[in-house]
Amino acid sequence: MFGRKSGSGKRFQHNTAGYLFISPWLIGFLLLTLWPILQSLYLSFTEYSLLDSPVWVGTDNYSTITTSDRLFVKSLVVTFTFVLFAVPIKLLFSLLVAMLLNKNVKGMSIYRTLIYFPSLIGGSIAVAALWRNMFGLEGYINHILSWFGIQGIGWIANPDTALGTLILLNAWQFGSTMVIFLAGLKQIPKDLYESASVDGAGAFRKFYNITLPMLSPVMFFNLVLGIINAFQMFTSAFVITSGGPANSTYMYVLFLYEKAFRQYQMGYASALAWILLLIIGVFTLINFTVSKYWVHYEAEGGKSR
Amino acid sequence: MTEKQSSWKNHLLLIPFSLLMIYPVIWWIGASLKSQTELSLPTLWPDKFMWENYTNGWTYSSQYTFAKFFGNTLVMEFWNVLGGVLTAALVGYGFGRLNFRFRNFWFSVLLMTLMLPSQVTIVPQYILYTKLGLTDSYIPLILPHFFGGGAFFIFLVVQFIRGIPRELDEAAQIDGASVYGIFFRIIGPLIKPALYTVGIFTFLWSWDDFFAQLLYLSSVEKFTVGLGLRMFIDQFEVQWGQLLAMSLLSVVPSAVIFFLAQKHFVEGIATTGIKG
Repeated sequence: MFGRKSGSGKRFQHNTAGYLFISPWLIGFLLLTLWPILQSLYLSFTEYSLLDSPVWVGTDNYSTITTSDRLFVKSLVVTFTFVLFAVPIKLLFSLLVAMLLNKNVKGMSIYRTLIYFPSLIGGSIAVAALWRNMFGLEGYINHILSWFGIQGIGWIANPDTALGTLILLNAWQFGSTMVIFLAGLKQIPKDLYESASVDGAGAFRKFYNITLPMLSPVMFFNLVLGIINAFQMFTSAFVITSGGPANSTYMYVLFLYEKAFRQYQMGYASALAWILLLIIGVFTLINFTVSKYWVHYEAEGGKSR
Repeated sequence: MTEKQSSWKNHLLLIPFSLLMIYPVIWWIGASLKSQTELSLPTLWPDKFMWENYTNGWTYSSQYTFAKFFGNTLVMEFWNVLGGVLTAALVGYGFGRLNFRFRNFWFSVLLMTLMLPSQVTIVPQYILYTKLGLTDSYIPLILPHFFGGGAFFIFLVVQFIRGIPRELDEAAQIDGASVYGIFFRIIGPLIKPALYTVGIFTFLWSWDDFFAQLLYLSSVEKFTVGLGLRMFIDQFEVQWGQLLAMSLLSVVPSAVIFFLAQKHFVEGIATTGIKG
Protein backbone atom coordinates (compact mmCIF):
# COMPACT_ATOMS: atom_id res chain seq x y z
CA MET A 1 0.00 0.00 0.00
CA PHE A 2 2.97 2.26 0.32
CA GLY A 3 5.80 3.04 -2.01
CA ARG A 4 3.88 2.22 -5.12
CA LYS A 5 4.99 5.43 -6.71
CA SER A 6 8.59 5.53 -5.52
CA GLY A 7 10.87 4.92 -8.44
CA SER A 8 8.12 3.59 -10.62
CA GLY A 9 9.45 5.69 -13.50
CA LYS A 10 12.38 3.47 -14.28
CA ARG A 11 11.30 0.17 -12.81
CA PHE A 12 12.38 -2.86 -14.70
CA GLN A 13 9.94 -5.24 -16.22
CA HIS A 14 10.39 -8.76 -14.94
CA ASN A 15 8.03 -10.66 -17.18
CA THR A 16 9.59 -14.10 -16.82
CA ALA A 17 10.21 -13.83 -13.10
CA GLY A 18 6.80 -12.30 -12.52
CA TYR A 19 4.95 -15.09 -14.26
CA LEU A 20 7.20 -17.68 -12.64
CA PHE A 21 6.33 -16.41 -9.18
CA ILE A 22 2.60 -16.21 -9.78
CA SER A 23 2.52 -19.48 -11.74
CA PRO A 24 1.19 -21.62 -8.84
CA TRP A 25 -1.82 -19.38 -8.57
CA LEU A 26 -2.18 -18.87 -12.31
CA ILE A 27 -2.13 -22.60 -13.08
CA GLY A 28 -4.55 -23.23 -10.25
CA PHE A 29 -6.82 -20.46 -11.44
CA LEU A 30 -6.92 -21.72 -15.02
CA LEU A 31 -7.34 -25.41 -14.20
CA LEU A 32 -9.22 -25.44 -10.91
CA THR A 33 -11.31 -22.30 -11.24
CA LEU A 34 -11.75 -20.93 -14.75
CA TRP A 35 -12.11 -24.27 -16.51
CA PRO A 36 -14.61 -25.60 -13.93
CA ILE A 37 -16.61 -22.37 -14.18
CA LEU A 38 -16.94 -22.72 -17.93
CA GLN A 39 -17.70 -26.40 -17.63
CA SER A 40 -20.33 -25.74 -15.00
CA LEU A 41 -21.95 -23.20 -17.31
CA TYR A 42 -22.05 -25.82 -20.05
CA LEU A 43 -23.35 -28.51 -17.70
CA SER A 44 -26.12 -26.25 -16.52
CA PHE A 45 -27.66 -26.66 -19.98
CA THR A 46 -27.43 -30.44 -19.89
CA GLU A 47 -28.72 -33.45 -18.08
CA TYR A 48 -25.83 -35.36 -16.55
CA SER A 49 -25.63 -38.10 -13.96
CA LEU A 50 -21.86 -38.85 -13.99
CA LEU A 51 -22.53 -42.25 -15.59
CA ASP A 52 -23.65 -41.32 -19.10
CA SER A 53 -22.31 -38.41 -21.04
CA PRO A 54 -24.11 -35.06 -20.70
CA VAL A 55 -27.24 -34.59 -22.81
CA TRP A 56 -27.96 -31.07 -24.05
CA VAL A 57 -31.37 -29.92 -22.85
CA GLY A 58 -31.17 -26.20 -23.56
CA THR A 59 -32.66 -24.02 -20.88
CA ASP A 60 -34.82 -26.81 -19.46
CA ASN A 61 -33.00 -26.86 -16.11
CA TYR A 62 -33.45 -23.15 -15.62
CA SER A 63 -37.09 -23.15 -16.59
CA THR A 64 -37.86 -26.12 -14.36
CA ILE A 65 -36.09 -24.46 -11.45
CA THR A 66 -37.78 -21.13 -11.81
CA THR A 67 -41.27 -22.28 -12.69
CA SER A 68 -42.00 -25.58 -11.01
CA ASP A 69 -39.44 -26.41 -8.32
CA ARG A 70 -41.05 -25.62 -4.99
CA LEU A 71 -37.95 -26.62 -3.06
CA PHE A 72 -36.03 -23.98 -4.97
CA VAL A 73 -38.45 -21.27 -3.89
CA LYS A 74 -38.46 -22.58 -0.33
CA SER A 75 -34.67 -22.71 -0.08
CA LEU A 76 -34.41 -19.25 -1.58
CA VAL A 77 -36.84 -17.82 0.96
CA VAL A 78 -34.98 -19.52 3.81
CA THR A 79 -31.59 -18.32 2.58
CA PHE A 80 -32.72 -14.74 2.04
CA THR A 81 -34.25 -14.67 5.50
CA PHE A 82 -31.02 -15.99 6.93
CA VAL A 83 -28.90 -13.41 5.10
CA LEU A 84 -31.27 -10.59 6.00
CA PHE A 85 -30.99 -11.26 9.73
CA ALA A 86 -27.64 -12.96 10.17
CA VAL A 87 -25.48 -10.40 8.37
CA PRO A 88 -26.62 -7.20 10.15
CA ILE A 89 -26.75 -8.92 13.55
CA LYS A 90 -23.25 -10.24 13.15
CA LEU A 91 -21.87 -6.91 11.87
CA LEU A 92 -23.44 -4.89 14.65
CA PHE A 93 -22.42 -7.37 17.30
CA SER A 94 -18.82 -7.64 16.13
CA LEU A 95 -18.49 -3.86 15.90
CA LEU A 96 -19.70 -3.46 19.48
CA VAL A 97 -17.35 -6.16 20.71
CA ALA A 98 -14.43 -4.67 18.78
CA MET A 99 -15.07 -1.28 20.38
CA LEU A 100 -15.21 -2.90 23.77
CA LEU A 101 -11.91 -4.68 23.15
CA ASN A 102 -10.22 -1.61 21.75
CA LYS A 103 -9.97 -0.01 25.17
CA ASN A 104 -6.76 0.18 27.09
CA VAL A 105 -7.56 -1.97 30.07
CA LYS A 106 -5.38 -4.21 32.18
CA GLY A 107 -5.74 -7.88 31.38
CA MET A 108 -7.20 -7.18 27.96
CA SER A 109 -5.49 -10.19 26.43
CA ILE A 110 -7.45 -12.46 28.75
CA TYR A 111 -10.75 -10.88 27.78
CA ARG A 112 -9.80 -11.05 24.15
CA THR A 113 -9.03 -14.76 24.46
CA LEU A 114 -12.28 -15.55 26.24
CA ILE A 115 -14.33 -13.63 23.72
CA TYR A 116 -12.49 -14.81 20.64
CA PHE A 117 -12.30 -18.45 21.60
CA PRO A 118 -15.85 -19.48 20.62
CA SER A 119 -15.34 -18.11 17.12
CA LEU A 120 -12.15 -20.04 16.74
CA ILE A 121 -14.04 -23.30 16.91
CA GLY A 122 -17.36 -21.91 15.73
CA GLY A 123 -17.55 -23.26 12.22
CA SER A 124 -16.70 -26.80 13.10
CA ILE A 125 -18.97 -29.78 13.24
CA ALA A 126 -18.16 -30.02 16.95
CA VAL A 127 -19.92 -26.76 17.74
CA ALA A 128 -22.81 -27.72 15.53
CA ALA A 129 -23.23 -30.79 17.73
CA LEU A 130 -22.99 -28.66 20.86
CA TRP A 131 -25.63 -26.32 19.52
CA ARG A 132 -27.98 -29.14 18.68
CA ASN A 133 -27.76 -30.36 22.24
CA MET A 134 -28.08 -26.98 23.92
CA PHE A 135 -31.19 -25.94 22.05
CA GLY A 136 -32.96 -29.29 22.32
CA LEU A 137 -36.22 -29.71 24.21
CA GLU A 138 -34.35 -31.10 27.21
CA GLY A 139 -31.42 -28.85 26.51
CA TYR A 140 -29.56 -26.41 28.58
CA ILE A 141 -31.25 -23.26 27.24
CA ASN A 142 -34.68 -24.42 28.34
CA HIS A 143 -33.45 -25.00 31.86
CA ILE A 144 -32.13 -21.48 32.08
CA LEU A 145 -35.49 -20.23 30.80
CA SER A 146 -37.36 -22.30 33.35
CA TRP A 147 -35.61 -20.35 36.11
CA PHE A 148 -37.44 -17.31 34.81
CA GLY A 149 -40.70 -19.22 34.59
CA ILE A 150 -40.62 -19.48 30.81
CA GLN A 151 -41.84 -22.72 29.34
CA GLY A 152 -39.22 -23.75 26.79
CA ILE A 153 -39.86 -25.44 23.49
CA GLY A 154 -37.74 -27.67 21.29
CA TRP A 155 -36.04 -24.76 19.57
CA ILE A 156 -34.52 -26.85 16.84
CA ALA A 157 -37.52 -29.13 16.38
CA ASN A 158 -39.89 -26.19 15.94
CA PRO A 159 -40.16 -24.81 12.37
CA ASP A 160 -40.71 -21.29 13.70
CA THR A 161 -37.53 -21.09 15.73
CA ALA A 162 -35.06 -23.46 14.05
CA LEU A 163 -33.73 -20.84 11.66
CA GLY A 164 -33.40 -18.42 14.56
CA THR A 165 -31.03 -20.77 16.38
CA LEU A 166 -28.84 -20.95 13.27
CA ILE A 167 -28.78 -17.15 13.04
CA LEU A 168 -27.76 -17.00 16.68
CA LEU A 169 -25.00 -19.56 16.13
CA ASN A 170 -23.77 -17.49 13.21
CA ALA A 171 -23.63 -14.40 15.43
CA TRP A 172 -21.69 -16.30 18.09
CA GLN A 173 -18.98 -16.84 15.45
CA PHE A 174 -18.30 -13.17 15.08
CA GLY A 175 -14.55 -13.53 15.65
CA SER A 176 -12.91 -12.90 12.30
CA THR A 177 -15.29 -10.05 11.50
CA MET A 178 -14.53 -8.57 14.91
CA VAL A 179 -10.76 -8.89 14.45
CA ILE A 180 -10.96 -6.98 11.18
CA PHE A 181 -13.01 -4.24 12.88
CA LEU A 182 -10.48 -4.16 15.69
CA ALA A 183 -7.62 -3.73 13.25
CA GLY A 184 -9.55 -0.88 11.64
CA LEU A 185 -10.26 0.79 14.98
CA LYS A 186 -6.59 0.70 15.88
CA GLN A 187 -5.75 2.66 12.75
CA ILE A 188 -7.97 5.62 13.58
CA PRO A 189 -5.67 8.42 14.76
CA LYS A 190 -6.15 9.17 18.47
CA ASP A 191 -5.85 12.92 17.99
CA LEU A 192 -9.13 12.96 16.07
CA TYR A 193 -10.90 11.94 19.25
CA GLU A 194 -8.85 14.29 21.37
CA SER A 195 -9.64 17.34 19.29
CA ALA A 196 -13.30 16.30 19.25
CA SER A 197 -13.23 16.16 23.04
CA VAL A 198 -11.78 19.63 23.12
CA ASP A 199 -14.68 20.76 20.99
CA GLY A 200 -16.98 19.25 23.57
CA ALA A 201 -18.28 16.30 21.56
CA GLY A 202 -19.91 13.51 23.54
CA ALA A 203 -19.34 9.78 23.11
CA PHE A 204 -22.22 9.37 20.71
CA ARG A 205 -21.17 12.22 18.46
CA LYS A 206 -17.60 10.94 18.39
CA PHE A 207 -18.90 7.55 17.35
CA TYR A 208 -21.15 8.99 14.69
CA ASN A 209 -18.77 11.61 13.29
CA ILE A 210 -15.39 9.90 13.67
CA THR A 211 -15.62 6.17 14.27
CA LEU A 212 -18.27 5.31 11.70
CA PRO A 213 -16.84 7.27 8.76
CA MET A 214 -13.26 6.22 9.53
CA LEU A 215 -14.35 2.63 9.81
CA SER A 216 -16.52 2.60 6.72
CA PRO A 217 -13.96 0.91 4.42
CA VAL A 218 -13.61 -1.93 6.92
CA MET A 219 -17.37 -2.06 7.35
CA PHE A 220 -17.71 -2.34 3.60
CA PHE A 221 -15.17 -5.17 3.41
CA ASN A 222 -16.98 -7.07 6.17
CA LEU A 223 -20.38 -6.44 4.63
CA VAL A 224 -19.40 -7.69 1.18
CA LEU A 225 -17.73 -10.84 2.47
CA GLY A 226 -20.41 -11.34 5.12
CA ILE A 227 -23.18 -11.44 2.54
CA ILE A 228 -21.22 -13.73 0.25
CA ASN A 229 -20.49 -16.13 3.09
CA ALA A 230 -24.01 -16.08 4.47
CA PHE A 231 -25.41 -17.15 1.11
CA GLN A 232 -23.12 -20.17 1.24
CA MET A 233 -24.01 -21.36 4.73
CA PHE A 234 -23.87 -25.14 4.87
CA THR A 235 -22.28 -27.01 7.78
CA SER A 236 -24.55 -25.96 10.62
CA ALA A 237 -27.72 -26.42 8.56
CA PHE A 238 -26.47 -29.81 7.46
CA VAL A 239 -25.41 -31.06 10.88
CA ILE A 240 -27.86 -29.40 13.26
CA THR A 241 -31.14 -29.48 11.39
CA SER A 242 -30.50 -31.28 8.07
CA GLY A 243 -32.70 -28.62 6.55
CA GLY A 244 -35.69 -29.47 8.72
CA PRO A 245 -38.07 -29.29 10.45
CA ALA A 246 -40.56 -28.88 7.61
CA ASN A 247 -37.72 -27.49 5.45
CA SER A 248 -37.59 -24.39 7.64
CA THR A 249 -33.78 -24.37 7.49
CA TYR A 250 -33.39 -25.75 4.00
CA MET A 251 -30.53 -23.50 2.90
CA TYR A 252 -29.79 -23.03 -0.77
CA VAL A 253 -26.40 -24.76 -0.69
CA LEU A 254 -27.90 -27.72 1.14
CA PHE A 255 -30.43 -28.01 -1.69
CA LEU A 256 -27.60 -27.82 -4.21
CA TYR A 257 -25.59 -30.44 -2.34
CA GLU A 258 -28.48 -32.88 -2.31
CA LYS A 259 -29.22 -32.40 -6.00
CA ALA A 260 -25.59 -32.90 -6.97
CA PHE A 261 -24.24 -35.50 -4.60
CA ARG A 262 -27.30 -37.40 -3.38
CA GLN A 263 -29.39 -37.48 -6.55
CA TYR A 264 -26.47 -37.02 -8.95
CA GLN A 265 -28.31 -34.44 -11.04
CA MET A 266 -25.12 -32.64 -11.98
CA GLY A 267 -26.67 -30.50 -14.70
CA TYR A 268 -29.49 -29.34 -12.50
CA ALA A 269 -27.08 -28.60 -9.65
CA SER A 270 -24.84 -26.60 -11.98
CA ALA A 271 -27.80 -24.48 -12.98
CA LEU A 272 -28.52 -23.92 -9.28
CA ALA A 273 -24.89 -22.90 -8.76
CA TRP A 274 -25.10 -20.38 -11.59
CA ILE A 275 -28.26 -18.90 -10.18
CA LEU A 276 -26.46 -18.54 -6.85
CA LEU A 277 -23.54 -16.89 -8.60
CA LEU A 278 -25.93 -14.44 -10.26
CA ILE A 279 -27.64 -13.62 -6.98
CA ILE A 280 -24.34 -13.05 -5.19
CA GLY A 281 -23.06 -11.06 -8.15
CA VAL A 282 -26.09 -8.76 -8.08
CA PHE A 283 -25.75 -8.23 -4.34
CA THR A 284 -22.03 -7.46 -4.64
CA LEU A 285 -22.66 -5.08 -7.50
CA ILE A 286 -25.33 -3.25 -5.51
CA ASN A 287 -22.92 -3.10 -2.60
CA PHE A 288 -20.16 -1.55 -4.67
CA THR A 289 -22.55 0.92 -6.30
CA VAL A 290 -24.09 2.06 -3.04
CA SER A 291 -20.68 2.19 -1.34
CA LYS A 292 -19.91 5.49 -3.12
CA TYR A 293 -22.48 7.15 -0.91
CA TRP A 294 -21.34 5.92 2.46
CA VAL A 295 -17.76 4.59 2.33
CA HIS A 296 -15.22 7.30 3.07
CA TYR A 297 -11.64 6.85 2.01
CA GLU A 298 -9.05 9.11 3.50
CA ALA A 299 -7.29 11.43 1.10
CA GLU A 300 -3.98 9.75 1.82
CA GLY A 301 -3.13 6.16 2.48
CA GLY A 302 -6.70 5.02 2.79
CA LYS A 303 -7.55 4.28 -0.80
CA SER A 304 -5.01 1.65 -1.49
CA ARG A 305 -6.48 -1.16 -3.46
CA MET B 1 -8.81 10.62 37.78
CA THR B 2 -11.49 9.84 35.20
CA GLU B 3 -9.01 7.53 33.50
CA LYS B 4 -9.13 5.19 36.45
CA GLN B 5 -12.86 5.46 36.87
CA SER B 6 -13.57 4.55 33.27
CA SER B 7 -11.18 1.61 33.45
CA TRP B 8 -13.19 0.33 36.39
CA LYS B 9 -16.35 0.67 34.33
CA ASN B 10 -14.74 -1.20 31.48
CA HIS B 11 -14.01 -4.17 33.69
CA LEU B 12 -17.59 -4.10 34.86
CA LEU B 13 -18.68 -4.47 31.25
CA LEU B 14 -15.99 -6.85 30.11
CA ILE B 15 -16.18 -9.43 32.88
CA PRO B 16 -19.84 -10.43 32.50
CA PHE B 17 -19.64 -10.22 28.75
CA SER B 18 -16.62 -12.48 28.37
CA LEU B 19 -18.13 -14.93 30.85
CA LEU B 20 -21.33 -15.00 28.81
CA MET B 21 -19.36 -15.73 25.65
CA ILE B 22 -17.26 -18.48 27.15
CA TYR B 23 -20.03 -20.03 29.25
CA PRO B 24 -21.22 -22.51 26.62
CA VAL B 25 -17.67 -23.77 26.32
CA ILE B 26 -17.42 -24.34 30.07
CA TRP B 27 -20.79 -26.05 30.05
CA TRP B 28 -19.51 -28.19 27.20
CA ILE B 29 -16.54 -29.38 29.27
CA GLY B 30 -18.86 -30.37 32.08
CA ALA B 31 -21.40 -31.97 29.78
CA SER B 32 -18.77 -34.13 28.15
CA LEU B 33 -18.38 -35.84 31.52
CA LYS B 34 -22.07 -36.39 32.15
CA SER B 35 -24.17 -39.48 31.79
CA GLN B 36 -27.09 -39.48 29.36
CA THR B 37 -29.59 -38.86 32.17
CA GLU B 38 -27.65 -36.03 33.74
CA LEU B 39 -27.10 -34.22 30.46
CA SER B 40 -30.41 -32.40 30.49
CA LEU B 41 -29.75 -30.93 33.93
CA PRO B 42 -28.57 -27.34 33.92
CA THR B 43 -25.76 -27.93 36.40
CA LEU B 44 -22.28 -27.23 35.16
CA TRP B 45 -20.59 -30.32 36.57
CA PRO B 46 -21.93 -33.85 36.87
CA ASP B 47 -22.37 -35.66 40.20
CA LYS B 48 -20.55 -38.61 38.82
CA PHE B 49 -17.75 -38.01 36.38
CA MET B 50 -18.13 -40.25 33.35
CA TRP B 51 -14.59 -40.56 32.11
CA GLU B 52 -15.89 -43.48 30.05
CA ASN B 53 -17.34 -40.93 27.65
CA TYR B 54 -13.80 -40.24 26.56
CA THR B 55 -12.54 -43.81 26.43
CA ASN B 56 -15.69 -45.21 24.81
CA GLY B 57 -15.95 -42.30 22.42
CA TRP B 58 -12.34 -42.72 21.40
CA THR B 59 -12.99 -46.30 20.30
CA TYR B 60 -16.55 -45.68 19.13
CA SER B 61 -16.02 -46.88 15.60
CA SER B 62 -15.24 -50.57 15.94
CA GLN B 63 -12.74 -50.50 13.09
CA TYR B 64 -10.63 -47.49 13.94
CA THR B 65 -10.05 -45.31 16.96
CA PHE B 66 -9.98 -41.55 16.93
CA ALA B 67 -6.19 -41.79 16.94
CA LYS B 68 -6.50 -42.81 13.31
CA PHE B 69 -8.79 -39.87 12.49
CA PHE B 70 -6.55 -37.37 14.26
CA GLY B 71 -3.52 -38.81 12.48
CA ASN B 72 -5.24 -38.55 9.10
CA THR B 73 -6.28 -34.97 9.71
CA LEU B 74 -2.85 -33.90 10.92
CA VAL B 75 -1.09 -35.40 7.90
CA MET B 76 -3.53 -33.62 5.62
CA GLU B 77 -3.01 -30.40 7.57
CA PHE B 78 0.76 -30.66 7.23
CA TRP B 79 0.51 -30.59 3.45
CA ASN B 80 -2.20 -27.94 3.45
CA VAL B 81 -0.16 -25.55 5.58
CA LEU B 82 3.01 -26.21 3.61
CA GLY B 83 1.22 -25.60 0.32
CA GLY B 84 -0.65 -22.57 1.59
CA VAL B 85 2.42 -20.83 3.00
CA LEU B 86 4.68 -21.59 0.03
CA THR B 87 2.14 -20.44 -2.51
CA ALA B 88 1.19 -17.32 -0.61
CA ALA B 89 4.85 -16.30 -0.27
CA LEU B 90 5.76 -16.89 -3.92
CA VAL B 91 2.62 -15.45 -5.49
CA GLY B 92 2.49 -12.64 -2.94
CA TYR B 93 6.02 -11.59 -3.92
CA GLY B 94 5.14 -11.78 -7.60
CA PHE B 95 2.16 -9.48 -7.24
CA GLY B 96 3.57 -7.32 -4.48
CA ARG B 97 6.94 -6.48 -5.98
CA LEU B 98 7.49 -7.57 -9.54
CA ASN B 99 6.40 -5.58 -12.51
CA PHE B 100 5.16 -7.72 -15.36
CA ARG B 101 2.70 -7.40 -18.21
CA PHE B 102 -0.97 -7.66 -17.25
CA ARG B 103 -0.08 -7.70 -13.58
CA ASN B 104 -2.96 -5.46 -12.61
CA PHE B 105 -5.34 -7.50 -14.70
CA TRP B 106 -4.35 -10.77 -13.02
CA PHE B 107 -4.45 -9.15 -9.61
CA SER B 108 -8.01 -7.99 -10.11
CA VAL B 109 -8.87 -11.50 -11.29
CA LEU B 110 -7.41 -12.79 -8.03
CA LEU B 111 -9.52 -10.36 -6.02
CA MET B 112 -12.60 -11.43 -7.93
CA THR B 113 -12.02 -15.10 -7.13
CA LEU B 114 -12.28 -14.07 -3.47
CA MET B 115 -15.92 -13.42 -4.07
CA LEU B 116 -16.64 -16.47 -6.18
CA PRO B 117 -18.91 -18.93 -4.42
CA SER B 118 -17.21 -22.32 -4.41
CA GLN B 119 -20.43 -24.03 -5.43
CA VAL B 120 -19.90 -22.89 -9.01
CA THR B 121 -16.71 -24.87 -9.33
CA ILE B 122 -17.43 -27.78 -7.04
CA VAL B 123 -19.48 -29.91 -9.43
CA PRO B 124 -16.97 -29.87 -12.32
CA GLN B 125 -14.10 -30.30 -9.86
CA TYR B 126 -15.81 -33.33 -8.41
CA ILE B 127 -16.35 -34.74 -11.91
CA LEU B 128 -12.70 -34.08 -12.74
CA TYR B 129 -11.40 -35.84 -9.64
CA THR B 130 -13.81 -38.73 -10.20
CA LYS B 131 -12.55 -39.19 -13.75
CA LEU B 132 -8.95 -39.12 -12.56
CA GLY B 133 -9.83 -41.70 -9.91
CA LEU B 134 -8.75 -39.34 -7.13
CA THR B 135 -11.90 -39.35 -5.04
CA ASP B 136 -11.58 -40.99 -1.66
CA SER B 137 -8.07 -39.61 -1.38
CA TYR B 138 -6.60 -36.48 0.15
CA ILE B 139 -5.44 -35.11 -3.19
CA PRO B 140 -8.60 -33.05 -3.87
CA LEU B 141 -8.29 -31.57 -0.39
CA ILE B 142 -4.56 -30.81 -0.49
CA LEU B 143 -3.93 -29.88 -4.12
CA PRO B 144 -5.78 -26.52 -4.13
CA HIS B 145 -3.53 -25.23 -1.35
CA PHE B 146 -0.49 -25.68 -3.58
CA PHE B 147 -2.19 -23.87 -6.42
CA GLY B 148 -3.28 -20.63 -4.86
CA GLY B 149 -6.59 -21.86 -3.49
CA GLY B 150 -6.20 -19.39 -0.67
CA ALA B 151 -6.60 -16.22 -2.71
CA PHE B 152 -7.31 -14.38 0.52
CA PHE B 153 -3.87 -15.33 1.87
CA ILE B 154 -2.13 -14.17 -1.28
CA PHE B 155 -3.91 -10.84 -0.92
CA LEU B 156 -2.81 -10.67 2.71
CA VAL B 157 0.85 -11.24 1.82
CA VAL B 158 0.69 -8.73 -1.03
CA GLN B 159 -0.64 -6.08 1.36
CA PHE B 160 2.14 -6.94 3.81
CA ILE B 161 4.87 -6.75 1.17
CA ARG B 162 3.63 -3.37 -0.01
CA GLY B 163 4.31 -2.10 3.49
CA ILE B 164 8.00 -3.02 3.26
CA PRO B 165 10.11 -0.06 2.07
CA ARG B 166 11.32 -0.48 -1.49
CA GLU B 167 14.69 1.00 -0.56
CA LEU B 168 15.65 -2.40 0.85
CA ASP B 169 15.14 -4.08 -2.52
CA GLU B 170 16.87 -1.30 -4.35
CA ALA B 171 19.92 -1.47 -2.12
CA ALA B 172 20.15 -5.22 -2.69
CA GLN B 173 19.70 -4.67 -6.40
CA ILE B 174 22.64 -2.28 -6.47
CA ASP B 175 24.66 -4.96 -4.70
CA GLY B 176 23.87 -7.22 -7.60
CA ALA B 177 21.04 -9.32 -6.22
CA SER B 178 18.55 -10.70 -8.73
CA VAL B 179 14.79 -10.69 -8.18
CA TYR B 180 15.16 -14.25 -6.91
CA GLY B 181 17.93 -13.24 -4.54
CA ILE B 182 15.79 -10.40 -3.22
CA PHE B 183 12.97 -12.84 -2.57
CA PHE B 184 15.09 -15.34 -0.70
CA ARG B 185 17.28 -12.94 1.24
CA ILE B 186 15.23 -9.78 1.77
CA ILE B 187 11.51 -10.26 1.34
CA GLY B 188 11.27 -13.90 2.43
CA PRO B 189 12.60 -13.31 5.95
CA LEU B 190 10.69 -10.05 6.34
CA ILE B 191 7.28 -11.50 5.56
CA LYS B 192 7.55 -14.19 8.22
CA PRO B 193 4.87 -12.59 10.45
CA ALA B 194 2.40 -12.60 7.58
CA LEU B 195 3.31 -16.20 6.76
CA TYR B 196 2.61 -17.24 10.35
CA THR B 197 -0.85 -15.77 9.98
CA VAL B 198 -1.32 -17.61 6.69
CA GLY B 199 -0.18 -20.89 8.23
CA ILE B 200 -2.40 -20.55 11.28
CA PHE B 201 -5.51 -19.69 9.33
CA THR B 202 -4.87 -22.37 6.72
CA PHE B 203 -4.70 -24.87 9.57
CA LEU B 204 -7.85 -23.62 11.28
CA TRP B 205 -9.94 -23.25 8.16
CA SER B 206 -9.05 -26.60 6.63
CA TRP B 207 -9.69 -28.27 9.98
CA ASP B 208 -13.24 -26.95 9.75
CA ASP B 209 -13.71 -27.43 6.03
CA PHE B 210 -16.33 -30.08 6.50
CA PHE B 211 -17.96 -29.78 3.08
CA ALA B 212 -14.90 -30.86 1.08
CA GLN B 213 -14.07 -33.67 3.49
CA LEU B 214 -17.63 -34.94 3.32
CA LEU B 215 -17.54 -34.83 -0.44
CA TYR B 216 -14.24 -36.50 -1.15
CA LEU B 217 -13.54 -38.96 1.65
CA SER B 218 -15.75 -42.02 1.77
CA SER B 219 -13.87 -44.91 3.38
CA VAL B 220 -13.74 -44.86 7.16
CA GLU B 221 -10.04 -45.63 7.05
CA LYS B 222 -9.42 -42.18 5.56
CA PHE B 223 -11.85 -40.22 7.73
CA THR B 224 -10.88 -36.92 9.26
CA VAL B 225 -11.89 -35.96 12.78
CA GLY B 226 -14.91 -34.06 11.49
CA LEU B 227 -16.19 -37.08 9.59
CA GLY B 228 -15.49 -39.27 12.61
CA LEU B 229 -17.75 -37.03 14.67
CA ARG B 230 -20.45 -37.27 12.09
CA MET B 231 -20.68 -41.02 12.66
CA PHE B 232 -22.16 -40.28 16.09
CA ILE B 233 -24.78 -37.95 14.70
CA ASP B 234 -25.92 -40.41 12.05
CA GLN B 235 -26.94 -42.90 14.72
CA PHE B 236 -30.57 -43.39 15.60
CA GLU B 237 -29.93 -42.69 19.25
CA VAL B 238 -27.16 -40.16 19.61
CA GLN B 239 -24.64 -40.89 22.37
CA TRP B 240 -24.47 -37.28 23.48
CA GLY B 241 -21.90 -37.69 26.22
CA GLN B 242 -19.44 -39.42 23.92
CA LEU B 243 -20.17 -37.07 21.05
CA LEU B 244 -19.57 -33.99 23.19
CA ALA B 245 -16.41 -35.52 24.62
CA MET B 246 -14.96 -36.28 21.20
CA SER B 247 -16.12 -32.91 19.84
CA LEU B 248 -14.28 -31.24 22.64
CA LEU B 249 -11.11 -33.17 21.83
CA SER B 250 -11.52 -32.24 18.18
CA VAL B 251 -11.13 -28.54 18.95
CA VAL B 252 -8.02 -29.05 21.08
CA PRO B 253 -5.52 -28.70 18.20
CA SER B 254 -7.10 -25.42 17.10
CA ALA B 255 -7.10 -24.19 20.69
CA VAL B 256 -3.43 -25.09 21.15
CA ILE B 257 -2.47 -23.27 17.96
CA PHE B 258 -4.53 -20.30 19.06
CA PHE B 259 -2.84 -20.02 22.43
CA LEU B 260 0.64 -20.55 21.06
CA ALA B 261 0.20 -17.95 18.38
CA GLN B 262 -2.22 -15.53 19.98
CA LYS B 263 -0.20 -12.47 19.10
CA HIS B 264 -0.38 -13.21 15.40
CA PHE B 265 -4.14 -13.19 15.34
CA VAL B 266 -4.85 -9.56 15.92
CA GLU B 267 -1.46 -8.11 15.15
CA GLY B 268 -0.82 -10.22 12.10
CA ILE B 269 -4.03 -8.99 10.57
CA ALA B 270 -3.58 -5.43 11.77
CA THR B 271 -0.12 -5.07 10.25
CA THR B 272 -1.13 -6.51 6.92
CA GLY B 273 -3.24 -3.43 6.57
CA ILE B 274 -6.60 -4.83 5.64
CA LYS B 275 -8.26 -1.51 5.47
CA GLY B 276 -10.63 -1.59 2.57
